[in-house]
Amino acid sequence: MTISEKQAALVDEFAFFDNWMDKYNHIIEMGKSLKPLSDENKQEDLLVKGCQSKVWLKAEKRGEAVKFWAHADAIIAKGIVAMLIDIFDEQPAAEIAEAELGFIEEIGLKDHLSPTRANGLMSMIKQMKIYALAFA
Amino acid sequence: MAYDIDYIRSQFPILDQQVQGRPLVYLDNAATTQKPVAVVDAISSYYYNDNANVHRGVHTLSQRATDAMEGVRDQVREHIGARESAEIIFTRGITDSINTVAFGMGALIKPHQNVVITALEHHSNIVPWQMLCERTGATLRYIPINEKGELILHSLEEIIDENTAMLAINHISNSLGTVNPVSTTLARAKAVGAWTLVDGAQTGPHAKVNVQDWDVDFFTLASHKMYGPTGLGVLYGKRERLEALPPYQGGGEMIATVTLEKSTYAEIPHKFEAGTPHIEGVIGFGAALKFMNSIGIEAIAQHEAELLDYATVSLSSIEGFRIIGTADHKASVLSFLIDGTHPYDLGVLLDQQGIAVRTGQHCTQPIMDQFCIPGTARASFAMYNTKEEIDLFKAALERAVNMLR
Repeated sequence: MTISEKQAALVDEFAFFDNWMDKYNHIIEMGKSLKPLSDENKQEDLLVKGCQSKVWLKAEKRGEAVKFWAHADAIIAKGIVAMLIDIFDEQPAAEIAEAELGFIEEIGLKDHLSPTRANGLMSMIKQMKIYALAFA
Repeated sequence: MAYDIDYIRSQFPILDQQVQGRPLVYLDNAATTQKPVAVVDAISSYYYNDNANVHRGVHTLSQRATDAMEGVRDQVREHIGARESAEIIFTRGITDSINTVAFGMGALIKPHQNVVITALEHHSNIVPWQMLCERTGATLRYIPINEKGELILHSLEEIIDENTAMLAINHISNSLGTVNPVSTTLARAKAVGAWTLVDGAQTGPHAKVNVQDWDVDFFTLASHKMYGPTGLGVLYGKRERLEALPPYQGGGEMIATVTLEKSTYAEIPHKFEAGTPHIEGVIGFGAALKFMNSIGIEAIAQHEAELLDYATVSLSSIEGFRIIGTADHKASVLSFLIDGTHPYDLGVLLDQQGIAVRTGQHCTQPIMDQFCIPGTARASFAMYNTKEEIDLFKAALERAVNMLR
């Protein structure tokens, strides 16, 4: 699936829940099922700056594509980064760098995050795009 | 007289609303309290009827505004038992109050001297002293805390010594709720001739203190934590200390004479109130004090103590519930963690259920470092909270924990 197809699928998934407690529950479940980042990777230099909780993000170049791993000490932050990985993982670096993430608005996530958390989300996206740009 | 909670809640219209489709339960009172009708009305009335700049106009409105502001200064004097209203300085907040003292001491403190704080301070009672020490070469010391969040006093005589220039200590901890033994620490500071400052940020809403009984040199209050407007603080200082302290900011209102070469400063309190003051804030604060006193601070404190006890017992039945700060003497703050959950996650899921609590370090990073925790979730109570709200809080917390584990 392409980045936009991945986003559309996420939007569909969230449309299934009609209240935000259920949507958060889904984000939490995504966080719980995020493939783990090994402990030796939880290093200072992999921390995403601008997040209230600790979020580690690691990326590797795989041909044209980028492979991502992440961890967060708070589960909602982990769920959010899991959503981003779901969309970006193993996508072409050039497309990640260019991607517009309409799903955040469509799900309504932006309105439901406090300003500090919304900044954290933007920082995660920025970090993933920086990795992609470096690999493109 | 029975505590009329229905009347009290009726005075805070903001409480009567839904958040995320649920009734709002506001438990972030240590950060700021809500404002009663009397405070909002006093501010509107000032702008509708009396607005003018103070202390300089000869016209009627200016006189009215000046009288109203000076009336509140006297109200504050009476509230904390100061000798004279000139000892009451209005500031932008407690941060400003403490910076005023710490800046002024820069001209008085010697490099071999030290400043003593505690490991239980808000950043606003840490950083100004660190800055003072950096500027002057003085040393910053602190009184440590134990695992319950209480001050460890057995080495007080080594920490506060003949080179101590200032002891600056909070009365009630904002992040743990510990009520500190102010008299014991002040007695030691006075014995060595040090100046003393008590930060009353969390005292104001919960207890009435008398600065002359404490014989403290400086004392601070924050209007917005006492049901009054934001942007206004109080710095009480003994006359002789305020006279010895150089002014913090220069400008209008704080001068006696100005030539292009040299200015002389006004008498206290104006020496420390440069610029046009926060007039409506002062007037709103006067209404807040009057409102608090009409309910009775002892009655409020007793109500809050009952809520704290009730919440402590009730929430302790949640598996893995852990209170951070278990001092024998506590006020109105319940800081906690729940095993297997992160406080930020609890905060989000509580907010989704209409419950407002604070999560994070509460501007007390050294305390969180000492307990080796990323922060806590903190519920803090005010005069208008109820046991029913704590029941809602508990149910919401249980639901959040079930989702997170």
